[in-house]
Amino acid sequence: MSGASEPSRILPGLDRLNRDFWTGGADGRLLIARCDCGRYIHPPLPRCPACGGSTITPTPVSGRGRVAAYSVNHQAWLPGLKVPFVFAAVEIDEQSELYVFTNIVGCDPEQVAYRMPVKVAFEAHEDVYLPMFEPA
Amino acid sequence: MTTHPEKLVCITGAGQSEVARPSNKSGLALTIDACLNAINSAGLTPADIDGLSTYPGPVANGDGFSPVSATETMLALGLTPTWIGASTDGHAHMSAIFNAITAIASGLCRHVLVFRTVTQASARAEVSHAGIIGGGRSIAQRSWGGQSWTLPYNALSAAVLYGLYGQSYFRKYGATSQQLGAIAVHSRKMAALNPNAIYRKPITIDDYMASRMISTPLRLYDCDTHIDGSTAILFSRADLAGDLASPPIHIEAMGMGLGGIGAGLHTGDFTSMPAKIAGDMLWSRTDLKPKNLDFAQIYDGFSILTLMWMEALSLCGEGEAAAFVEGGRRIALDGELPMNTSGGQLSAGRFHGYGHTYEACLQLWGRAGERQVRDAKLGVVSNGGFGYGALLLRR
Repeated sequence: MSGASEPSRILPGLDRLNRDFWTGGADGRLLIARCDCGRYIHPPLPRCPACGGSTITPTPVSGRGRVAAYSVNHQAWLPGLKVPFVFAAVEIDEQSELYVFTNIVGCDPEQVAYRMPVKVAFEAHEDVYLPMFEPA
Repeated sequence: MTTHPEKLVCITGAGQSEVARPSNKSGLALTIDACLNAINSAGLTPADIDGLSTYPGPVANGDGFSPVSATETMLALGLTPTWIGASTDGHAHMSAIFNAITAIASGLCRHVLVFRTVTQASARAEVSHAGIIGGGRSIAQRSWGGQSWTLPYNALSAAVLYGLYGQSYFRKYGATSQQLGAIAVHSRKMAALNPNAIYRKPITIDDYMASRMISTPLRLYDCDTHIDGSTAILFSRADLAGDLASPPIHIEAMGMGLGGIGAGLHTGDFTSMPAKIAGDMLWSRTDLKPKNLDFAQIYDGFSILTLMWMEALSLCGEGEAAAFVEGGRRIALDGELPMNTSGGQLSAGRFHGYGHTYEACLQLWGRAGERQVRDAKLGVVSNGGFGYGALLLRR
């Protein structure tokens, strides 16, 4: 079905736990839940799995990280879906194994490499600011 | 009180419906076929069944992932069970089996029928986007729960998620497409010997290398195939299992694991799954060892999962599975560890884990026809890429 318009992304439903992560981009901030003990928690939880604390605060991070794992998707799952695109897990610089799933944008998919430094770039859709990542 | 409930339970029957893309039968009709085949293979009648368990329970969005409930199956079979259950959370496919085992071992039930039905081929024939995550009759407007972290990024198939595993595994261990492709080639070879497999025409490694890329490094032939079909497995209290029509299959051990991409979280470097927790639990509950196995039915929703499951079950060392399967000789019917002898999900069709347990039963009963493993006495089954379950089955 060539010529189909690009399908809308299936955006996240917003709730108390995830709203800050998905909307922080309105102010250009990547907000990751962080416990008083210093531990970042993503996806966010109301209790810290490390210390048991319950004072969890959405906290701005640098928005910088490295590509920890990726795949170049070639299959147009829906008519009009632009391929290839890169789906990835980015490890945020602030904490080991603090992974955010994302798309790598702003470069040729074939240029994406393991441990490539990236930085956040928000993409606004309705009330959601999707954190995308591009080469830093 | 036993700490090994599985040793109080046996498999006494197993049945499967036809497999088709799509079937002319409804999901419920396929379910009834599978259930009656399982009950008949035990020489029992529906009146004997006092428990019913399924995974994951009804999903009513029209995606064919799980169109049939335990309740309507109960009604259609005329059962009056003490207990029925469905499990969407936890150890994925095999959770319904673990629930059945514990229901019997705790004294609640005598004979529990476990079924898994899919009509994903029908669903896709009706609505082209039914096969995507978030699909069904209409595409979801918003995503919730674990999927909401990946769907917005167009990870519309598990192939995209598992591409991360594939890419990471290849990078860390130097695995190659030629090695991974051996699983798909082997599956077709086995499916050719299975009359109830969906894809029975052999392929070569060159066919594999020429197949289109889905999500690197996973190609078309690395992905299982949507079907319509149902499988039912009958579990019975061990002391009732000896006098039935099929020899009892003993559950030597079971193993369960949780976490990973399916839990929305991930630890580690994406080269293994928490399936290792299930594998280690399984071997901790028996004196038998991987070297005692006569065959292995390893989950292959995507071929990369098979490699990671082989390592999780200690069938080989970490990072060694790709070399193990290369060329297909060691996993062949006459190899050192015959694997996925039905053709697995890649070629027999996506019975979603239950095809693997069903095939293990046929092998242990000596009813696998042309693909029979000679003198098969012990086999391992593993299920899942989001939650993890394994069974060690013994004749």
